[in-house]
Amino acid sequence: METIQKKAEEGITSELALVQAAKKGDLEAFSELVKRYDRNVFRIAQHITHNEEDAQDVVQDAFLKAYQNLEQFQGNSKFYTWLVRIAVNEALMRLRKRRNDRTVSLDEDVETEEGSIPREVAGWAPNPEQLYGTSELGDILKKTIQGLSPGFRTVFVLRDVEGLSTEETAEMLNLSIPAVKSRLLRARLQLRDRLAKYFKSKRGGDGQR
Amino acid sequence: MKCTEFLKELTDYLDGRINENLRVELDEHLHWCHECHVVMNTTKKTIEIYRDNQIYELPEDLRNRLHQAIMSKCRKTKSEKTTSHE
Repeated sequence: METIQKKAEEGITSELALVQAAKKGDLEAFSELVKRYDRNVFRIAQHITHNEEDAQDVVQDAFLKAYQNLEQFQGNSKFYTWLVRIAVNEALMRLRKRRNDRTVSLDEDVETEEGSIPREVAGWAPNPEQLYGTSELGDILKKTIQGLSPGFRTVFVLRDVEGLSTEETAEMLNLSIPAVKSRLLRARLQLRDRLAKYFKSKRGGDGQR
Repeated sequence: MKCTEFLKELTDYLDGRINENLRVELDEHLHWCHECHVVMNTTKKTIEIYRDNQIYELPEDLRNRLHQAIMSKCRKTKSEKTTSHE
């Protein structure tokens, strides 16, 4: 996690330079920004929408919107933070459309507090990565994270998959820091509980001590 | 310390963002509470497994197609802007 943040800090100067050049009409500079972040935007969009077609549209629309509104980008935050904010909104909009449901939002907290109390307390052994093949494991991870509400999985993806800080995540999602922390805890515990179905030690007991 | 109090701090504990005094208390709780120890270990593994197995990678050919589509739309936007300024 430290390495990701260090890398991000090192990239600030050139990112700003690219943004400045793009603002002046340099399309090559903008193309560099696309190449730098398209994989991240795609991953985030896939996690929110669970639909590859929608994720592709989100990538295109988020970068196009960013380009069209580049003048409004003040440079107070990082370009990436600003871009992800646009992408998350686009992804939620598509999710709403597909579900034909206006209520999908980051504030959707369907789980009660009790939902966070761990039910599964058996250890995982052997290592889950040794239990399943790569593609089977991938299916389990997809299925499990899809069961989380959009508000929870978005926070989990930004913090734990993309390695962003709590502060950056709060800024991207327009949430307070305590709200990000509380969602992250609940998302982590819910995922853990759901994964236990596949990973828990068959012979009972902890298996980790 | 009760298990519920431990759980409240679990996220900061796993992220290493906790002050020394509280960390000592949490470590002490972990020392005798088997259940919280398991929950802590498996939550840590949950984070690692999602971080290490990227489940939604962008295939290179699709990436190239998306890149071309984005840049062509941007070029169109740019030329429209230029025309409207003239």
